[in-house]
Amino acid sequence: MTFDILLQTLASGVLIGLIYALVAIGLTMIFGVMDIVNFAHGEFLMIGMYSSFWMFALFHLDPMLSLPLTALMLFAFGVLLYKLLIVRIVNAPMVSQIFTTFGLMILLRGLAQFFWKPDFRSIENSFVAGSFKLGQVQLGKPQLVAGIGAIVVTGLIYFFLTRTKLGAALEATAADKEAARLMGIDSHRMFALAWGIGAACAGVAGVLLSTFFPIFPEVGATFILIAFVVVNLGGFGSVTGAFWAGILVGVIEVMGGLLLGPEYKLAIVLVLFLGVLMWRPQGLLGKA
Amino acid sequence: MKPTTSHPLPVARMSVAAVALAAALLLPLLVTNPSSLNLAILALMAAQIGVSWNIVGGYAGQVSLGHAAFYGVGAYTSTLLLMKFGVNPWFGMLAGGVMAAVMSIAFGWSCFRLRGHYFAMATIAVAELVQIFFTNWEYGGAAVGLNLPMDKEGWAWMNFATKLPYYWLALGLLVLTLLVNFAIERSFLGYYFRAIKDEPDAARSIGIDIARYKQVALAVSAFFTAVGGSFYAQKELYIDPGSVLSTSLSIKMALVSILGGVGTLSGPVLGAVVLTVIEEMTRAGLGGTGSGIDTILYAALIVVIAVFYPSGVVGSIRSAALRLSRRMRGLPADTGAAATAERSAP
Repeated sequence: MTFDILLQTLASGVLIGLIYALVAIGLTMIFGVMDIVNFAHGEFLMIGMYSSFWMFALFHLDPMLSLPLTALMLFAFGVLLYKLLIVRIVNAPMVSQIFTTFGLMILLRGLAQFFWKPDFRSIENSFVAGSFKLGQVQLGKPQLVAGIGAIVVTGLIYFFLTRTKLGAALEATAADKEAARLMGIDSHRMFALAWGIGAACAGVAGVLLSTFFPIFPEVGATFILIAFVVVNLGGFGSVTGAFWAGILVGVIEVMGGLLLGPEYKLAIVLVLFLGVLMWRPQGLLGKA
Repeated sequence: MKPTTSHPLPVARMSVAAVALAAALLLPLLVTNPSSLNLAILALMAAQIGVSWNIVGGYAGQVSLGHAAFYGVGAYTSTLLLMKFGVNPWFGMLAGGVMAAVMSIAFGWSCFRLRGHYFAMATIAVAELVQIFFTNWEYGGAAVGLNLPMDKEGWAWMNFATKLPYYWLALGLLVLTLLVNFAIERSFLGYYFRAIKDEPDAARSIGIDIARYKQVALAVSAFFTAVGGSFYAQKELYIDPGSVLSTSLSIKMALVSILGGVGTLSGPVLGAVVLTVIEEMTRAGLGGTGSGIDTILYAALIVVIAVFYPSGVVGSIRSAALRLSRRMRGLPADTGAAATAERSAP
């Protein structure tokens, strides 16, 4: 294996890893704030992809321009979902929580299949199409833009959580629900906010992905599995942890695919996942 | 804390079981049309794996979303033994069960250190790994799958040209699984499992080896799930990773129990009947698969049950019966007592 191939693999691993990170950040935020695993998270990504596709197909709006619209839409969707459904299972047994979001996952896939057909779709000739060479490394422009976009959004979320009052309230709720409530923070409002931001993150990841990845109703399936792994490695509820873990998983996946063949890409990530769950249940980057 | 599984009406319970068994025995006299009989077989199969899942998922409270791994191992073990070595499927079924029980040790070792959501996610990962393995295993047919031979027919080789023998066999397997489950429920194991589910810390403090008994529950559950997988292979005469190892199959096993009532003997059976009928109605009544309507209804049902009836059909009937008996005895109606007990379970 030459150095160039290694570099090339590393670059594509980091770029896809940034997308994984963005998907996982939404998931980890919801989990951190209210201890519910959202199995339908991959479907938020799927909806983001379709939103990008339809705005391009119907209004010739480039994915990079429709991105803020999709983010807003998904935010509203997340909040709505919380207010209509999730609010009823906040204190329900775990089985009910799992099956509520699981059912939601199948429901959203079914709706996508019904309204948008099970076909594979793609966005051709967006602003970001094409590729360029950086030394010996060939980089796709869509991937590069997606990676940069993911970094920007993660940065914004980090800023929001650490520098704004609302973000601090969200973090406080995640740390201790009861104490936060005593300080006058309405936990239901924080939960709704977490669902909104979580869905928006996944939606933005979907838009960024839509310029180079096929769009179909089941597209969320692989991403949710990987997002679980990332959330675990990063430590449940940790946004910065998820960011670094996402990059790590992206690199490991692409490297593993190169060494063992693409059919075992996911297997390597899953083995890593189980290994970490067993020996460091708090996550690779989480605090003990 | 109230026990999550109370048996307020033993006589009623026995008579319901007797009536259900009589109905199952008489059903083939009334239903002769092969497609309806097939539907009944599918319900029995779903019930059998649901009851198996419920041993670890319901009684011991370890919500596994990876049971398809055991089902697939059962199906593949008996099929490969038959195809490559000419081993009789009856023996193959047993071997599949044993194989799954052995595999459950590795499964449990990697997942049982985790609780709640973490456990559920780990089981998905394990099952996904097993599926990736079988999809790439050339000897085991890889992604193409395996076609079972049908040269030897009759009870000796568990291979039939008509549906009726499969019905009896599926019923037999379900009754067997239920009897084992019943025996467990009545023995010390039943109490240990419930203690592990409801009060793990208290159970540990009085000296129950939690890890060991979780493993026992999983092994028994895996064995019977695999038996169901072998039966599937013998009935369909074709298996591939998509049909016997998919995540949706794992979900179905859990769903059947949750729909009927987690941690109850009859819950998975009721759930299986309800779910099979709904699946069939949505599939037949709404222009078949592909459009997505059947999936949408199926999923909407899951959500409604999970949100509004967390204790399932059996739980809802039980709390209704309790309310009724209290009213008959002139006590104030304690609405939702059973539901509260179920809700407080972790």
